[in-house]
Amino acid sequence: MPTPDPSRRFHPASAPDYVPADQLRGLQLERLQRIVRRAYERVPLFRTRCQERQVSPADLKSLEDLARFPFTLKTDLRDTYPFGLFASPMDEIVRLHASSGTTGKPTVVAYTQGDLDVWTEVMVRSFAACGLHRGDVVQNAYGYGLFTGGLGAHYGAEALGATVIPISGGNTDRQIMVLQDFAVTAICCTPSYFLHLVERAKEMGSDFSRLRAGIFGAEPWSEAMRRRIEADTGVKAYDIYGLSEIIGPGVGIECFAQSGLHVFEDHFYPEVIDPASGEVLPDGAEGELVLTTLSKDAMPMIRYRTRDVTSLIPEPCACGRTIRRIRRIGRRSDDMFIIRGVNVFPSQVETALLAVEGTLPHYQIVLSREKGLDEMEVKVEVTPEVFSDQIRALEALQHKLEQSLDHTLGIRARVTLVGPRTIQRSEGKAKRVIDQRQI
Amino acid sequence: MKLTQLSLFLENRPGALRLPCQVLGQAGIDILSMSLADTQQFGILRIVVKDSDRARKVLEEAGSVVKATDVLAVEVPDRAGGLADMLGAFEGSGLSIEYIYPLAAGHRGKTAVLLLRVEDPERAAQLLQARNVRVLSREQAFEAVGA
Repeated sequence: MPTPDPSRRFHPASAPDYVPADQLRGLQLERLQRIVRRAYERVPLFRTRCQERQVSPADLKSLEDLARFPFTLKTDLRDTYPFGLFASPMDEIVRLHASSGTTGKPTVVAYTQGDLDVWTEVMVRSFAACGLHRGDVVQNAYGYGLFTGGLGAHYGAEALGATVIPISGGNTDRQIMVLQDFAVTAICCTPSYFLHLVERAKEMGSDFSRLRAGIFGAEPWSEAMRRRIEADTGVKAYDIYGLSEIIGPGVGIECFAQSGLHVFEDHFYPEVIDPASGEVLPDGAEGELVLTTLSKDAMPMIRYRTRDVTSLIPEPCACGRTIRRIRRIGRRSDDMFIIRGVNVFPSQVETALLAVEGTLPHYQIVLSREKGLDEMEVKVEVTPEVFSDQIRALEALQHKLEQSLDHTLGIRARVTLVGPRTIQRSEGKAKRVIDQRQI
Repeated sequence: MKLTQLSLFLENRPGALRLPCQVLGQAGIDILSMSLADTQQFGILRIVVKDSDRARKVLEEAGSVVKATDVLAVEVPDRAGGLADMLGAFEGSGLSIEYIYPLAAGHRGKTAVLLLRVEDPERAAQLLQARNVRVLSREQAFEAVGA
């Protein structure tokens, strides 16, 4: 008898995921009209931009009318730093978060109590879609603090009724001890950190056989990486999507079908646009994801340009949810780099490396400029699986990797084989690209 | 008939060779023979030790990538033409030798022991024995270097 798959069990919190489409569209329009009006009345930048385009909240008569409204950009958050886009007075704001701020000032986001409740709700629905429920033991290795990942996952898992271990990021050996000793059944972290954990756990001879689900996000990863994680560990790897500007984690999640991420579109209205022209594209077409928050009061985001490349999948999902899906985001335009005129995403490099049999995705891309010409080097760690006592076998491997990169990217890259564990492991987001070019 | 050789991946940078040697030294493991192959970018250290299982374990624990390979220990008379005679065993066989390095040099002018890495060690051993070349057992090979 096959054991019942817990990931297919219906969870009552998921009920809004199954609302009939016409009913959902009605709810979206109602919420959209309210939030656009709120932003227009309370956020000067948004109002000015609307006036420039000669559009006002009264023009919003259907969901399609949203296309007439201006976009919000990441730079808008920086330009109005810290509180310029807030639509609630400070005495109604109960929480602030901020981006890691790798380039200059961080971007600050705010929540009312009602906003936090929405966030918790979508995180509960996210975990429920991954088949988690009361009784699960969730190790939350997302960083706690200004980063939204830690607290977002924490409150969601707690509200679900699961047992939460708020271990936060880092301290790998302690993570592994807890994973084993507390009989953890689900883990939240970045996929690259999970690979790092697994590698170390194997060295330590740790048992994590109780672990059945991983909720991985906060960085782009590939389908090939998922297959490897699942084959190596037996853990079902779910992709979770979110960004602090919209709410944090919990904007979208995969269900057991693992075929695109369901967007909680009763709270986050998705559009896909042509990034060059800004035109809205039909469902199914690939472009940049644009999100509008439908129920966030403290900081409404109208048509926020995520820079994430995806497409909307309108077809019904095997799980029965009516909320639409987006294709998993393999690339973000903000970790894209241009080399010799070619746009390259690290995920493409990953696909190329994985295509060569037996190569684990521990790699780093180093960009340099020599005599005015851009050079791309990919450092790849040698694993016991691919190592040979013969020089020519290693040279052949190197050559195969270079060919695969050439084939996938259309440009030549130099592959350097490096010793095991010489590439710095990430405790948070993986540093995949080192750009040494002086531009 | 066969000896276990351990190969290690080395990055081509100062200090890369010393690290695994130190690890073996601290574990009290004596290197009986070694050869170092290098390219512009990386190197491969090949070693023969008595307790290859333990050596492999300590090296891997220290973070090395290690591969075990079978090699043949072959006795060759230490005289002009000795090596050429031995290699005659492979003539016409199509069998190619990947690399050779000495285990024990015959400083008294009698015999030397060479380590041969071939694709098919079984067949190579048969060819050598058919030409009356002595292929040493593990024990005999270790005895030849006084281990």
